[in-house]
Amino acid sequence: MSTLLAVEGLRKSFGGIRALDECGFEVPEGTVTALIGPNGSGKTTAFNVITGYLPADAGTVAFRGNPVRPDPCRLQRLGLGRTFQQARIFPGLSVLENVVLGRAQPWHALPRLRVSGTDRHRARDLLEEFGLAEHAGSHAGTLSYGQRRLLEFAAVLMGEPVLVLLDEPTAGINPIMIEAMEQHIRRRHAQGVTFLIVEHEMRLVMRLCDPVIVLDRGRLIACAAPAEVQTDPRVLDAYLGD
Amino acid sequence: MFTALLVALPLIIGQHWQVNLLVFTLMYAGLAAAWNLLGGYTGYPALGHGAFFGIGAYAMAIGTNHIGVGAGYRSFLLVLPIALATGVAVLPIARLLMRTRAATFALLSITVMFMVQTFAYNLRSLTHGSEGISVPLAPFPATTFERPFYYAMAALLALTLLVCWAVRTSKLGLSLNAVRDDEDRARGLGVQTELVKLVAFALSAGLTAGFGAVWAYYVTFVFPGFAIDPLLSLGVILMAFLGGRRTLWGPVVGAALIVPAQQYFAYRYGASHLYLVAYAALFLLVIYLLPDGIIPSIAARLTRLTRLTTRCAHTPRAHIADSIADKDSITDKGERV
Repeated sequence: MSTLLAVEGLRKSFGGIRALDECGFEVPEGTVTALIGPNGSGKTTAFNVITGYLPADAGTVAFRGNPVRPDPCRLQRLGLGRTFQQARIFPGLSVLENVVLGRAQPWHALPRLRVSGTDRHRARDLLEEFGLAEHAGSHAGTLSYGQRRLLEFAAVLMGEPVLVLLDEPTAGINPIMIEAMEQHIRRRHAQGVTFLIVEHEMRLVMRLCDPVIVLDRGRLIACAAPAEVQTDPRVLDAYLGD
Repeated sequence: MFTALLVALPLIIGQHWQVNLLVFTLMYAGLAAAWNLLGGYTGYPALGHGAFFGIGAYAMAIGTNHIGVGAGYRSFLLVLPIALATGVAVLPIARLLMRTRAATFALLSITVMFMVQTFAYNLRSLTHGSEGISVPLAPFPATTFERPFYYAMAALLALTLLVCWAVRTSKLGLSLNAVRDDEDRARGLGVQTELVKLVAFALSAGLTAGFGAVWAYYVTFVFPGFAIDPLLSLGVILMAFLGGRRTLWGPVVGAALIVPAQQYFAYRYGASHLYLVAYAALFLLVIYLLPDGIIPSIAARLTRLTRLTTRCAHTPRAHIADSIADKDSITDKGERV
């Protein structure tokens, strides 16, 4: 199994707080890797630095074997998609348009039709898969929070990513929706998409993910199979404290 | 039908002051539509479009005085080159401004406007400073003097609306709307935000300069405080907000209501600047009562009404609550056009 994403020596401070401190880990291709850790351990910061939303103070990110300058637009085009902790969508656009936007366009495609026939076809298929087809024409802003999470995920998949970074995909949504989300992740994983998931719902992490990466105070403290992580004294210490 | 009306209007209306008013209405409609490309579709609160208007006006004044394109109708040939040149020339400053957002962007855009005004006051060799430049009076017959300007403004308005329409129905428009809703996420989905923002800025500024050029030729005198006017920037925004800044025709509707009203108040209360108080009051009212503007509000009410009636015919009660809650105005295909 080759390494899809390799992070090395990542550092990021906010004032006096070190959110990431020589943080390094790898995401092997074809896995559903979890990134867990207590609150404030730097998980989301790691996501933001990797995808270029925050500049790193130091460290390198390599994607598909090549070092990359983190920039959200470029990374998307290289096959890295991400979702956000707060389920970000475009509330003023229709649900269908939200999905269509997930497919990156070359600059010379800008004068083309807003939503082309092929766009619509593919977006409809995705919406069908995510159970949002009946809302295709509504403002995305009218969707429930759980539906927004699904829509955000669907839009990312429209770009046919190789690696998807999901930031707490099940936060704030009901148990049925959590199950649905899990099914979607499993289905896409079976089709060859690699995942890196920040998640607090431990039962989900234990069933779905392997390996599990544990961060504490911006450092990597464990990276192993879920069963091992559960009994790792350092991990227990980080979560329970002393 | 709108075009036919536009063409016929000055032929029906003979009074000079009436055609004069129409010229300004068309100009403001076009300016508001041009502003809307950046302020409405892209969501960047540009407050300094007076700068580009002034640049267009000065370019026209300097062009007719020095280049010698000839008077009369030939001077109108300068309008499109001025618009194009301004659109390209603003790119470096647009790049700088577009690195900021929201309030910072708004403040910087005002700053740019005052910078341009300061240049106009001080580059005396080019602009004659506070003396201003006069543009050669167009040799049109006195009885129908306004007509060529009216048609020039109408043509430019048509061009502006065509550009707006083309933007709205293209991937560019979708990308701009995404930038308006959530620029960071748009970037993460592979939207070339830098590029599309620059295109919107250039189109908006270029078209605005075109109107400035026609205006300069019409009023025959360009003066810094007059050509680069903060009130023009604000008035244009008010019109776009009133009509509906996410729509194609909103700015036109807004201008059609505000320009005549403003003229009326200015005439009624003289130069007492009382109309400015009315401006402010109207702005507050629009934001409180019609935050989406006239066109979207009416459209929403109409769709609600038609749905209510059709649904009532089928199932009397169950869906009424639904249709009241459901207030979008999107087509079946899922696009907002």
